[in-house]
Amino acid sequence: MSPESDPFIQVEQTGSSSKSLPLKIRDLTVAYHRKPVIWDIDLSIPEGKLVSIVGPNGAGKSTLIKACLDLIPRTSGEVSIYGQSYKKRRKRVGYVPQRESVDWDFPVSALDVVAMGTYGKLGWFRRVSKRSKALSMEALERVGLADYAHRQISQLSGGQQQRTFLARALVQDADIYFMDEPFAAVDAATERAIVELLKELQKRGKTVLVVHHDLATVPQYFDWTVLLNMRVVAVGPTNEVFTQENLRRTYGGKLTLFTQAANKVVQSR
Amino acid sequence: MEWYSIDTWIVVIGALAAGACALLGNFLVLRKMSMMGDAISHAVLPGLAIAFLVTGARASLSMFIGAAIVGVLTAVFTQWISRFGKVDEGASMGIVFTTLFALGLLLIVQGADHVDLDPSCVLYGAIELTPLDVVWRPTLFGYFIEVPRAALVLVGVALLNTVFVVAFFKELRISSFDAELATAMGIHSKLMHYLLMSLVAVTTVACFEAVGSIIVIAMLIVPAATAHLLTDRLWLMVVLSVLIAIVSAVLGHLSALILPACFGFADTSTSGMMAVMAGLIFSTVVLFAPKYGVLPRLVRKTEAVR
Repeated sequence: MSPESDPFIQVEQTGSSSKSLPLKIRDLTVAYHRKPVIWDIDLSIPEGKLVSIVGPNGAGKSTLIKACLDLIPRTSGEVSIYGQSYKKRRKRVGYVPQRESVDWDFPVSALDVVAMGTYGKLGWFRRVSKRSKALSMEALERVGLADYAHRQISQLSGGQQQRTFLARALVQDADIYFMDEPFAAVDAATERAIVELLKELQKRGKTVLVVHHDLATVPQYFDWTVLLNMRVVAVGPTNEVFTQENLRRTYGGKLTLFTQAANKVVQSR
Repeated sequence: MEWYSIDTWIVVIGALAAGACALLGNFLVLRKMSMMGDAISHAVLPGLAIAFLVTGARASLSMFIGAAIVGVLTAVFTQWISRFGKVDEGASMGIVFTTLFALGLLLIVQGADHVDLDPSCVLYGAIELTPLDVVWRPTLFGYFIEVPRAALVLVGVALLNTVFVVAFFKELRISSFDAELATAMGIHSKLMHYLLMSLVAVTTVACFEAVGSIIVIAMLIVPAATAHLLTDRLWLMVVLSVLIAIVSAVLGHLSALILPACFGFADTSTSGMMAVMAGLIFSTVVLFAPKYGVLPRLVRKTEAVR
């Protein structure tokens, strides 16, 4: 066991043993065409953490999330969510995919998209009820998009589209959230709105995992961090694992700009 | 122009075929897999030919079951080949459906001595002949009605497709828009995909006699693509696509009767004219659709500049 993993081991041991962890990954490997994308991942995330998943392009961040959600086949290893398989826990899991993963010309309004968050609990043949519509509207209000509820989604700005996705995650009413780059190409107002929302989710005891690219904001936004580059380089409280040394090991020598930004952050603390 | 009861039936059959296709076409267009409709409509041919050679009957139940199987197989093979053959999905579709279609064509040509199914009918259908095959003669309000088999079969398929779209509207919507979220939520996107593919196959077979394997692609795709330009609501898109399909069927037959006569020719292929009409409606909508049309956009742009 590498020394970087120590902090979370301690948390695991001191945490209440009766309650199972929101996310526990053991020996997870995923390969495409026999080429591993993520390799032998071991991770435990304690309850109520705001977690950033950080690493260079191609580090396997999205793959890690998709493997947790059973969206891609695992080559080996297990993932347990609150002590059970994803299949049994899916109603407690919320997912925000990458914004580019869908066709924004699709004939639906922002409200329609948000209401999709309720589909999972509806079951076959059931229609969206008035109550879920009201819930969806409420979620849109919370992300500041109430006035845009009936707009076709291509007429929203990138930031508004991202907030629509977050509102959809809110109505999923999950206990653990997986978000794939919710901060990608959003305006400053949206970034603030998302951060506020994440903190609010955390206050309500939710666990949130976020794939994040902007190293400079990691210590400010997230209290727990996973540094990933095919393998887990380090995981634990951000102020312990987000060090110059770990970042260098995650990004290698190739990303000097990132390293410089990270240096600044580390120095400023 | 003279109008016979046979013309009414041609229009009814054309409208039913076009409507049944348009219902499913919406989801092919939105899932960006229009060419899958193309592939399946061709790939079902060997299944059809085999069922036909074995049972000797057209539009038999075994034919539909065979078609559904081949439809799903086409989708499965396409995915396999693109995964293992290191080619993109378009190329792998091209491999699967041309091979199957060629196989079907060979079977038909070989069996042509024994059966009355000829290649040109496979390609373009023979909607003008379908009303002659009468299977049901009810009396309604004192009128003696001769219902052709094609009409009965297409009513069944149109109903089946309507039930499918209405019952699974929510599932179709989410799995077409965001398949990953749908899967993560436990809504079986893959199941929806294969259900859609089998219905496309069944619908194609039902429409085969009437419109053939090429015109059926126009009916799957064009009304849905047209409707997409006219609305931002999914349910309205589905309704509009069916209306557009019916209008192109009616206009298609009317113009098949009238237009060639104007130029001194005998009347022409109705199914061909239906596809032409659908194309004309699409072109009109591309130009003039209130929100997404080329001209209204241009007008808005110039106004904005001013």
